[in-house]
Amino acid sequence: MRKTKPLSLLPPAFETWFAERGWEPRTHQLAMIDKARHHRDALLIAPTGAGKTLAGFLPSLVDLAERPKRAKRLHTLYVSPLKALAVDVSRNLERPIAEMNLAITHETRTGDTPAARRQRQRINPPDILLTTPEQVALLLASREAQLLFADLQRVIFDEVHALAPNKRGDLLALDLARLRTIAPHVSVAGLSATVADPESLQAWLSCCGSGRPQADILRFSGGPPPKITIHEHSLNRLPWSGHTARWAYDGVYDAIKSHRMTLVFVNTRSQAEMVFQGLWELNEDSLAIALHHGSLDVGQRRRVEAAMAAGRLQAVVATSTLDLGIDWGDIDLVIHIGAPKGASRLAQRIGRANHRLDEPSKALLVPANRFEVLECRAAVEAVAAGLQDAATAREGGLDVLAQHIWGVACGGPFHPDDLYKEVRTAAPYAALPRQDFDRLVDFVATGGYALKSYERFARLKALPDGRLRLTHPRLAQLYRLNVGTIIESDTIKVRLVGRLARRAKASTSVARGGRVLGNIEEYFIEQLVAGDTFVFAGEILRFEAMAAGEALVTRSASPDAKIPTYAGGRFPLSTSLAAGVRKLVADPGTWSALPEPVQEWLGLQRDKSVLPGQDDLLVEIFPRQSRHYLVCYPFEGRLAHQTLGVLLTRRLERAGARPLGFVASDYALAIWMLGDVGDKLSSGRLSLSTLFDQDMLGDDLDAWLDESSVMRRTFHHCAMISGLVERRHIGEEKTGRQMSISTGLIYDVLRSHQPDHILLKAARADAATGLLDIRRLGDMLARVRERIVLKILPQVSPLAVPILLDIGRESVAGVSAADVLGQAAARLVEDATR
Amino acid sequence: MTSPAPLREAITGGDLPAMLAGRSFLVVAEGGLFDVAEASLIVADLHLEKGSSLARHGRLVPPYDSGATLAVLARMITRLMPRRVVCLGDSFHDGEGASRLGDEERRQLAHLQSGRDWLWVSGNHDPQPPAGVGGDFVTQSALGPITLRHEPMAGRAVFEIAGHLHPAARLRTRAGTLKRRCVASDGRRAVLPALGAYAGGLDLGHKAFSGLFDEKKLIAYMLDGGSIYPVALGRTRRAVAS
Repeated sequence: MRKTKPLSLLPPAFETWFAERGWEPRTHQLAMIDKARHHRDALLIAPTGAGKTLAGFLPSLVDLAERPKRAKRLHTLYVSPLKALAVDVSRNLERPIAEMNLAITHETRTGDTPAARRQRQRINPPDILLTTPEQVALLLASREAQLLFADLQRVIFDEVHALAPNKRGDLLALDLARLRTIAPHVSVAGLSATVADPESLQAWLSCCGSGRPQADILRFSGGPPPKITIHEHSLNRLPWSGHTARWAYDGVYDAIKSHRMTLVFVNTRSQAEMVFQGLWELNEDSLAIALHHGSLDVGQRRRVEAAMAAGRLQAVVATSTLDLGIDWGDIDLVIHIGAPKGASRLAQRIGRANHRLDEPSKALLVPANRFEVLECRAAVEAVAAGLQDAATAREGGLDVLAQHIWGVACGGPFHPDDLYKEVRTAAPYAALPRQDFDRLVDFVATGGYALKSYERFARLKALPDGRLRLTHPRLAQLYRLNVGTIIESDTIKVRLVGRLARRAKASTSVARGGRVLGNIEEYFIEQLVAGDTFVFAGEILRFEAMAAGEALVTRSASPDAKIPTYAGGRFPLSTSLAAGVRKLVADPGTWSALPEPVQEWLGLQRDKSVLPGQDDLLVEIFPRQSRHYLVCYPFEGRLAHQTLGVLLTRRLERAGARPLGFVASDYALAIWMLGDVGDKLSSGRLSLSTLFDQDMLGDDLDAWLDESSVMRRTFHHCAMISGLVERRHIGEEKTGRQMSISTGLIYDVLRSHQPDHILLKAARADAATGLLDIRRLGDMLARVRERIVLKILPQVSPLAVPILLDIGRESVAGVSAADVLGQAAARLVEDATR
Repeated sequence: MTSPAPLREAITGGDLPAMLAGRSFLVVAEGGLFDVAEASLIVADLHLEKGSSLARHGRLVPPYDSGATLAVLARMITRLMPRRVVCLGDSFHDGEGASRLGDEERRQLAHLQSGRDWLWVSGNHDPQPPAGVGGDFVTQSALGPITLRHEPMAGRAVFEIAGHLHPAARLRTRAGTLKRRCVASDGRRAVLPALGAYAGGLDLGHKAFSGLFDEKKLIAYMLDGGSIYPVALGRTRRAVAS
């Protein structure tokens, strides 16, 4: 039986090739050929090392080997989230093609491909093109697209779990819909690591609402379950709060020493720098320990990756930039410092460690504080039970669609009715109302302004048959400069210069030419004055000056250097893991699995206050140092808690409780105030159910949202992606005056003149799901209705200690600009009258 | 010195008295200077029709900026009732800006101009007189010993009020870094912030400002929501950092 099936699917040359190498085609590899033969779309879920990439390409190789040659037509389009991965895969593809002597051409196309070759590829493409999402958009936005893709047979999305669930995935889904219009017979393959929610990826790959069957899901699970342990040595040093995990560095160091190669994962770039510093302080054996995170110079990152692959390193401290694709060599231990924030994420990172499918992967979790012990415990149990975090289906960004409409117009005239139909076949836009679509078309055409018109500067004009065309070829040029959804945050190059430079006075005369260490967030550099020290790229650096838009630094040995913070570096605690933590806390029967200090801590909480029930929301009120504190424990992640903090503070203000500030963690929210809120609650002048009523997500939210910096930041992204303003490319000097226009100023003007503009709608929707996590907050408020447990205490509770300790550490929200400016001005008056 | 009645009213409106070259001024909360003796309002860098200027090049930003800018100017004029308004250059974002002005904005401007002198000082964006709008056009003007011009002269010697640089000040605080437009003055020279709704701000620490002010006497009148916060940046920087 087993013999006949492969025979029917693999041509003899391929059979021989497998046999000569002593391999046997794997079932999922054959299944992929079978699906492609039947023009079915497929999602292949398999761990690293299972021959996933070959499974993706085999159908194309077989088809190309068998069919007569057709010139100037692209057969297969391969899309990867990383340029480096596309290059890597192209190299691997070389082997079967060369060894079987197949007459198949394949090339990569990335931002690094020379312009002449890119131009040629549009007219005379290879059989197989390996590229990135942005290049796909660019190819589609050209006049040659119809011809280029007319005979496209196959699209392969690699690492589709990383491509799909964001704006980049929105754009790619729209591009896929376009490809299906141009080449209706195309079959699509998605290759994915183990994912939480295969159904959302399945939908993303499928052609929605078209009658075409959904993509089939093929699973290949190999290997025994991973062995995960929680670091428990010297747990008595485990701190109450904080994220450094410094207490465990010596243990981590010992673990690295006793393994061949260790991957040390951390959650943020700041943590990466701290852990790296910490490990090198202990590194008496001079182990080869390297650092890898997204802000480091690309060349530096490539060197670290190469050293890993060659087995020259003993450990790499890394953030999620190492999560993807490329082959890492022989890793035998994964250490995760800090709580993993999600079970799927943990499972995936651990999966990285092992390329031999017959051995279990080994992982060590290192909690940084007491709450993280609970989270680690919940994650271990979730992975053991095979539980995964569910990601909710995405609604596609309206800004992304605006960019796409512009791109489509660059490829030639289009009819809005046809495009609307096509757009709705992309899963993120399956529910898009026609009205929103029309407003976006209007936005691309004339800006979509109700009170005044830009008719004479219109970018799109209607032809007699109702199709819309681009008014000027220059607009296609403009589109190409701004394609894509990845917005670089405002970063500044950090350049290491020699000591001599320090003597040069005027910043313009400082000698250039030192090594670039990487990019760092502008706002962090802005806080520095010459002489300040900070940790970056694994070194302690002294800020000297700004010159030509770069930060010039020298080496330093200062013991109290600052650690830069990075925007958006934190992952929210997943919903299912949060539920796991609540369950652990609520049920003392499960505590025996926890380390003793944590058991003791929870026991104290039970005695002095109360344990929050699994589905309850515990609210504690207590006085402390002439302030009154309200602490609640929703366990819904920092973003949702911050939003809750803003809204509760507004309500408490109205209730006369005079709140002063708040601080949020992944687990809890603390608000402090002058008014005796406990008295108000117990006397019935204020009720908790009113305070936590869901209606706070209505008017209160709207009122705050419009003036919050979160909305400004979100609008900034929408304005760039939608093509409202030009992107600033890294390296261009900021003049701040003439050429560029601040999106903040546009936001203010648009908000006061046309608050219902489609781009404001796009920004609000983004803020709701992204930085504010309003959906999750809404779910929580609904869940705890009638289930709020109030505890008025004479003093701080054990459970509240970690969040109160955060107050000194985190920047405090809720301080108004007017207050701060007022203080600075008052200081001036003092000085003047002294 | 007794304040004339309009001055007292003005102070309650959030404006602040200040001296420049021995003359009494009000720092106007929206971003400008008001000469008390001659009732002259001085503003800079209106950048009218910047929105449509960008639109010509395919960037269709909201076309409401001229209206918004004129509304701010109207607020200042209504409160201070100046006899003369001096716009210190870059009043229009480009040479054709005045001709692109919408009907509504054109009426708005004419209304502001009626019953008072109006002076357009030339700027690098608008070196020629604006077409089709009222007011006189000059390359520079004077107020007693003080020269009024678009771009500040290099060095420190003069009494001068200028624009061009769009000054903004940054203040480091525990709530993060605040950046606000400001009137920057050391008592001899003042550089006014840009009034235009789409005109950005340039940090006072930028090299474009170097050598213009006596740093020890430099005060940044930071503007925030209708209030003015005078801050001596040289001193505050150290104070906040500690």
